[in-house]
Amino acid sequence: MTERKFKKEIRLSGSGGQGLITAGIILAKAAILDKAIVTQTQSYGPESRGGASRADVIISNSEFYFPEATKFDVLLTLTQEACDKYSVNLKDNGILIADSTFVKNIVLMDSEIYELPFTEIAQKKLGTILPANIMSLGFLVRITGVVSETSLKKAIKSSIKPQYIDLNLKAVKIGFKLADNYVKED
Amino acid sequence: MARVKKDIEKQVVLMQGNEAIARGALDAGVNFFAGYPITPSTEVAEILSVELPKRGGKLIQMEDEIASISAIIGASLAGAKAMTATSGPGFSLMLEGIGFAKITETPCVVIDVMRGGPSTGLPTKPSQSDIMQTRWGNHGDAPAIVLYPDSVLETYELTIRAVNLSEKYRTCVVLLTDEILGHMREAVSLPDLKNIKIVNRIKPTVPPEWYRHYDENPKYIQPVASYGEGYRFHVTGLAHDDYGFPTNKADEITLMMDRLKKKITHHLKDIIQIESFKMEDARTAIFATGITARAAKSAVLMARKSGKRVGLIRPLTIWPFPDDAIRKYLRNVKNIFVPELNQGQLIKEVKRVMGGVWNYESRKSRQIIPIQKYNGELITPTEIVNAMKEVR
Repeated sequence: MTERKFKKEIRLSGSGGQGLITAGIILAKAAILDKAIVTQTQSYGPESRGGASRADVIISNSEFYFPEATKFDVLLTLTQEACDKYSVNLKDNGILIADSTFVKNIVLMDSEIYELPFTEIAQKKLGTILPANIMSLGFLVRITGVVSETSLKKAIKSSIKPQYIDLNLKAVKIGFKLADNYVKED
Repeated sequence: MARVKKDIEKQVVLMQGNEAIARGALDAGVNFFAGYPITPSTEVAEILSVELPKRGGKLIQMEDEIASISAIIGASLAGAKAMTATSGPGFSLMLEGIGFAKITETPCVVIDVMRGGPSTGLPTKPSQSDIMQTRWGNHGDAPAIVLYPDSVLETYELTIRAVNLSEKYRTCVVLLTDEILGHMREAVSLPDLKNIKIVNRIKPTVPPEWYRHYDENPKYIQPVASYGEGYRFHVTGLAHDDYGFPTNKADEITLMMDRLKKKITHHLKDIIQIESFKMEDARTAIFATGITARAAKSAVLMARKSGKRVGLIRPLTIWPFPDDAIRKYLRNVKNIFVPELNQGQLIKEVKRVMGGVWNYESRKSRQIIPIQKYNGELITPTEIVNAMKEVR
């Protein structure tokens, strides 16, 4: 029974108020449900809204020590600033997912890049931009498979206020569907 | 069997460092908390404000940090296990009270979740710049007990240990963590409460008229009465005699000052904890604490992959500084790297203990090399590895 070593460094980045730390906590909870070893760290400014904000999630099947992501396997950026700042630290052949509502320029070479207007889609389909974080997380999970989708849904249910669970489950489903457009092409 | 396994797995939860402090406090029997909110420590008070009242405990949000430390000292004198939590700016304000807790030998615990300073500095960024403040911040002689974990689980364990040590040695114990440790979430499985050792202060057995609040004994571990139990004693920040009344007599002052020191120096073995990581054959050592030790552990593994014999020494007890233990581990080490999130605090202690010649035959001096960062970002494993490459 020798399992292959598995370690994924994921950074979710954007600005304060976009729900990136919430998304990070949900992703980490889902990883625990998958029985993985996980750390979630965060960085944000003193403002309650705005300012750069990010959440790092490291998911592995063996023990690791340093809890911040340094070279990303997966990078989600919901603002141009975050994209400019962090895309240089994406691994070769890493995956970049950008919210094209805000990210207009991407300068990258050897990466798998997905540009989708999550915030716009959320506004159009759900009438609010709030669950754009969860929608993009759903997209990320179906594209990368870093956690199982059942665990992700369970984690959402256990992390979000009861009155918003339905909205967020709808958002995650839209995220999955958006990813299907790409997965089918393979 | 399968059922048992399932139960164990069920207990794995995603827990934040500050939540681990709150859980540790509750499990250690803390029943009084007074504090003033400050990033990055606020979650401790937030969680305890919900959980303490459920168990009959009390939490008071005070008007500032001076009031907070005073409140927990008062609560402790009345028999409570009392705690507060703050960050650097609040800790500066609490120093006066911490000195008072030390001289009156009142058990209490102060949590300092370090952020960048001086002054309000960097509220949401990590730092390790309170290391010296926790030791030398309050005026006057008196040793400090300060613990510093490096993971969420260890934060829980050391919180309990901090409460236990404060009860046992009748002093203010400080638990240091930092913004990253405090806000970091990890998969944690808390130990069974039955397996956790909880220490409560020893109660006097003598009749009230015989009671001395500061009783001399060879082990310096004294019974202590609480207000309201029928024992009379006086509490003052002035130098005092056995009953707690002010004194100017040289012999009584010496007795008091020696007790404050010796009750800690006589129990170093009980107080000091140190982790040695891959040191067996190490020629180069990293000396690091807290969150920086996490980077150092990764750096050790990276360096070992390229054939370098590197190890890590990590004190869990920062103060009293573990001189003897460090000498033992680092005796045969040629170079010592000291990464820390400040402009050079731990390294001064390492130089004091380990400076000078390492190889007496060739009269070669040991190199003690700083790796410092104080911009609100963590030292990364790669930065430590690169620093080691530069030194032969």
